[in-house]
Amino acid sequence: MLYRTAGQFKTSYQADQALFPIRQDAFLLGIILILAWVVFPMTASEFTFQTLLIPILIYSLAALGLNILTGYAGQLSLGTAAFMGVGAYACYKMITIMPWMNPIVAILLSGVFSAGIGVAFGIPSLRIKGFYLAIATLAAQFFLVWLFEKWAWLYNYNASGAIQVPNLEMFGTYVAGPQASSIVQYYVVLFIVSLLTMLCINLTRGNLGRTWKATRDMDIAAELIGINLMKSKLTAFAVSSYIVGVAGALFVFMWRGAAEPNLFDIPLSFRILFIAIIGGLGSIMGNYLGAILIVGLPVVLNLLPAALGIPIDSATVEHLNIMIVGSLIVFFLIVEPHGLAQLWRLIREKLIIWPFPH
Amino acid sequence: MLNDIFIKPFVDMVSAPDFLLQVLWEGLVSGILYALIALGFVLIFRSSRIFNFAQGIMVVFAALTLVGLHAYGIPAWIAVAMTLGVMFVLAVSIERIVLRPLVGQPDIILFMATIGITLFLIGGGEIIFGGENKQMITAELGIPTGDTVLEPWGGLLILQHLDITVVVVATLLVAALLAFLNYTRMGRAIRALGDDHQAALSVGISLQTIWVLVWFIAGIIALVTGIAWGARAGVSFALEVIAYKALPVLMLGGLESITGAIIGGLMIGILEKLFEIYWGQPLMGGNTETWFAFVLALVVLLFRPQGLFGERIIERV
Repeated sequence: MLYRTAGQFKTSYQADQALFPIRQDAFLLGIILILAWVVFPMTASEFTFQTLLIPILIYSLAALGLNILTGYAGQLSLGTAAFMGVGAYACYKMITIMPWMNPIVAILLSGVFSAGIGVAFGIPSLRIKGFYLAIATLAAQFFLVWLFEKWAWLYNYNASGAIQVPNLEMFGTYVAGPQASSIVQYYVVLFIVSLLTMLCINLTRGNLGRTWKATRDMDIAAELIGINLMKSKLTAFAVSSYIVGVAGALFVFMWRGAAEPNLFDIPLSFRILFIAIIGGLGSIMGNYLGAILIVGLPVVLNLLPAALGIPIDSATVEHLNIMIVGSLIVFFLIVEPHGLAQLWRLIREKLIIWPFPH
Repeated sequence: MLNDIFIKPFVDMVSAPDFLLQVLWEGLVSGILYALIALGFVLIFRSSRIFNFAQGIMVVFAALTLVGLHAYGIPAWIAVAMTLGVMFVLAVSIERIVLRPLVGQPDIILFMATIGITLFLIGGGEIIFGGENKQMITAELGIPTGDTVLEPWGGLLILQHLDITVVVVATLLVAALLAFLNYTRMGRAIRALGDDHQAALSVGISLQTIWVLVWFIAGIIALVTGIAWGARAGVSFALEVIAYKALPVLMLGGLESITGAIIGGLMIGILEKLFEIYWGQPLMGGNTETWFAFVLALVVLLFRPQGLFGERIIERV
């Protein structure tokens, strides 16, 4: 009933191809945006910012980057964390070499470096397919993390081998580093995430996005209808790595505050892959739903025993968490292999025709 | 610089042949273990197109179960038998609970499901057995621990008895596995399923039984690898890393090929050791073993996209 589309006539091609052909979708997005831009920041506590809001946004962005590559262009990648690392280290080097640089510009530029490296590691995709490619991207994962550890120039030769985010100022307020307040960081993250999401929605709707989808569905057929596979696959790698790199820079500069090479190890890659798959491959919204689940669930599970008054020590809780997350992943895959986004799509279909069954 | 890359390593090799032999031997030992793990992968991949990421954690889980059971005072060999029982139960439950509902889903979904299993086993293993590093029950299992010192060309070559045992046992296991696959009904059924799913089903081969069987075989392999690796490095979740090493082996050898897994494993074991000792440590600050195998496999794949022994990929529109 709420989702009834009756009476919404489209009289032009433009209207039919609009971002939100159904009015209720735009309305819903408006509510979400108001929540994200106004309500959450006004009500959230420091704890909520640090454990939920900021990480969910950053993880969504990383998953969005991966989704461009895996969900839209069909190239499975297991090296996401390493490309996040490239973004983070590139941002760190830029900030230390050019301290006057605007932090947001630096973060947005750092993606360019990871895009370049992404393209380099994407070249094998022209010949290698499927799981072979997935393992090939692991080469990037292991090699780059090794490089972060061994190439002392990257972390300015400091003894700990880790990078520390300095205090960065912009328009008189600290946006990164120990002195920055959570709410400012949240807005920076939200701004960049909104910007890139907007970009991605339009990219995937446009010419490039269709090229990617054709490549994903069957690359030989795509080639036969005149799609340049090299261009299609490499742009997918470039755009994906750019977004992942920006997410990596945000990850370190806006959330963690410091990073060691092993932060970008393989479990992080898998975490992001989970978000993309649980959320739904080939969907933009899915990344957010997946991130809310994968980031939010452990937080809730951690608080649960204390709230129920069950005495369990924190180590056991953590291990139980891993078990529960593992089984939930299997559960969600069995229930809806196409992810939470598909679940929402089904609910929406039902809502549009409700209360009638057909 | 060029001298360091192209000439000096080879001069070093020739001038100290005993050391070279030592390096080759150690490479061979790890290569055999890589080949074993890769075999577990290949069997599962061939029969179900599942890229089993849980193989590595199964190694840890099997070793932990063995050590844990023994810690309760169960004699070593009975503990081994009980661990095999646990691996069988694990195989059955994975097939029942996870794989059966997911039959026919895209490869990536099944792959994700095995990562889900991995997380489950990590959490479960930590809760039941604890995460600290444990001693493998080497002596109780009757594995010799001394070493033999040979002196070829007046040099020095140390062969750990443990390593010799590993090589012998692993070779026997691979031989037994090959015999099983080639000469028994069950083994031939596994290969038939690998060649053509529908044809195998139509002649009455039960998919479910075979899946349980291959997962159980993977479990046995995991136990042997777990004992071998645990005896060298202790039993902890860090062992999981060696499963990642099996992945480039698969790329190099081809995902479907049993021969490929064995040859690829040996190649990678030996080459990565050589590279680490003669190029990695002097020129790149060491620890190149984490990525060398992947880069090697990547380069090979650029020339043979299906690996050295993989099935030729024929694509139709």
